[in-house]
Amino acid sequence: MAEKVLMKGNEALAESAIRAGCRCFFGYPITPQTEVAAYMAKRMPQIGGTYLQAESEVAAINMVYGATSTGTRAMTSSSSPGISLKAEGISYLAGSDLPAVIINICRGGPGLGGIQPAQSDYNQATKGLAHGDFHILVLAPNCIQEMCDLVSDAFDLADTYRMPAMILGDGMLGQMMEPVALPEPHESKIEKPWAACGTEMKRPHNVINSLYIKPDELERIVMDRYARYRHIEENEVRYEEFMTEDADIVIVAYGASSRIARNAIMAARAEGIKVGMFRPITLWPFPKKALDRVADTARAFLTVELSMGQMIDDVKLAINCRRPVYLANRTGGMVITPNEILAKIREIKGETL
Amino acid sequence: MKKITIFAGHYGSGKTNLAVNAAIALKRRHGSVILCDMDIVNPYFRTKDSEDILKEARVRLISPRFANSNVDLPYLPAEVAAIFNGENISVIDVGGDDSGAIALGQYASRIENAGYDMFLVLNARRYLTLEPDEAVAILHEIEAASSLRFTGLINNTNLGHESTAEIVTQARGYVESVARATGLPLVATSFREDLSPALTAQDGAAWPITIYEKPGWALY
Repeated sequence: MAEKVLMKGNEALAESAIRAGCRCFFGYPITPQTEVAAYMAKRMPQIGGTYLQAESEVAAINMVYGATSTGTRAMTSSSSPGISLKAEGISYLAGSDLPAVIINICRGGPGLGGIQPAQSDYNQATKGLAHGDFHILVLAPNCIQEMCDLVSDAFDLADTYRMPAMILGDGMLGQMMEPVALPEPHESKIEKPWAACGTEMKRPHNVINSLYIKPDELERIVMDRYARYRHIEENEVRYEEFMTEDADIVIVAYGASSRIARNAIMAARAEGIKVGMFRPITLWPFPKKALDRVADTARAFLTVELSMGQMIDDVKLAINCRRPVYLANRTGGMVITPNEILAKIREIKGETL
Repeated sequence: MKKITIFAGHYGSGKTNLAVNAAIALKRRHGSVILCDMDIVNPYFRTKDSEDILKEARVRLISPRFANSNVDLPYLPAEVAAIFNGENISVIDVGGDDSGAIALGQYASRIENAGYDMFLVLNARRYLTLEPDEAVAILHEIEAASSLRFTGLINNTNLGHESTAEIVTQARGYVESVARATGLPLVATSFREDLSPALTAQDGAAWPITIYEKPGWALY
């Protein structure tokens, strides 16, 4: 393994993307993700890649559409309001079966909101990103090493399933620094026979398109796509469990809030309250079956979110509401503390245990 | 002791934490110490995070009015002029790289007249300055952007929570290379204070420092 170096989350995302073969990056500055673009601006020309600061987020996502149509690994990044602007383009990527990696370093919203960290784009990322029947893969790292690793995986998954993949981070992860072992540069072996990269007069033209004149044809295409989504839901789910075996209360948290929750778990255990954690790493596909298994032994669930409570609905669905599900949260860019989570744990203990 | 001490260097090399440590240490010897936050690049981690600690140490903090709020306004307050006044001794925390140093450049002639030290903060384990050449390139970029000259080097090599005494000593050759290439002296080797017993025999003055974490961000 390479010697560890100190990196900021946003830089680690950018460098890992380059090492995973990303050769086109189209960006637009917005706090707290600007370092991704700044890093790419410096590095892409050095390795023969393309960095372009677009005139807007809308332009950037459509540049990604063009680049990825040729089979080139392409990425864009933004933070919450910028992702909303990219929404139309992401729907077009999904409708054209194009791979791409999109990074969202989430900040407080709605509207212009603020620049401090948040997780209030969960519903947007996993359910309502844009118009039409489609999903994108959503991966949620909780440390900078995992940011490095998941960027590589996001490119591979996007290419394998021909669909956009999002890294959903937050301002904390984007801005903080941690030691990481960067992945070695690696070449993808995934074939892209669909790419519009020149026929050399040896094959028919490849067409990249999301417009279908006949509704029955569109219906068939969408249904085929959903068959692929079902395959992904069966095979690509990722999660991590922490002290769930004997836990009466299981915290469900992803990203930075899962790290804060871990402190609360240790404090609760010191008081004799058996608490564990289930951390979804893929937010879509959501680890429904695994979480439902945890509900066989857990007596109550607590989601910890930097939002008004968005993932909580997926938790209730996954366990068919057979256990009470509580929420500990802050929003608007405020970061929850371990003590706030611990207070909620004590309250749950009083009510249900 | 010069009237103004400036910490500059690569983004994430540890300038802010050193500046806070330096200001608190200077306050023990001087009547009036100012810590001036000139970092208008970094939105989250800045001297403002240490506001309470500085207040307790009676160090006057000058920072952009909206620092750590929900808006991103890259401007410096008029109050910065205080660093040139009276009996004040000042520490300036500069934003990373040349983009951070541009803000410093507007005061270059006044800083020069007042008398200053400008230290390049080095971290041999910080990506993009892993090679001495890369650190030297950033040094030249910062000098060009700020219209000021560095007067010394500080070896602040660290790996965050995974720092060890060995990581600090391993950087000795790296720092020597930068010193040779620039003709600048190594003025201090800084390290987390609990590493002190192993590191007091370091080249350059040993400088044990306190790590001031962002309050409320309790990440394991």
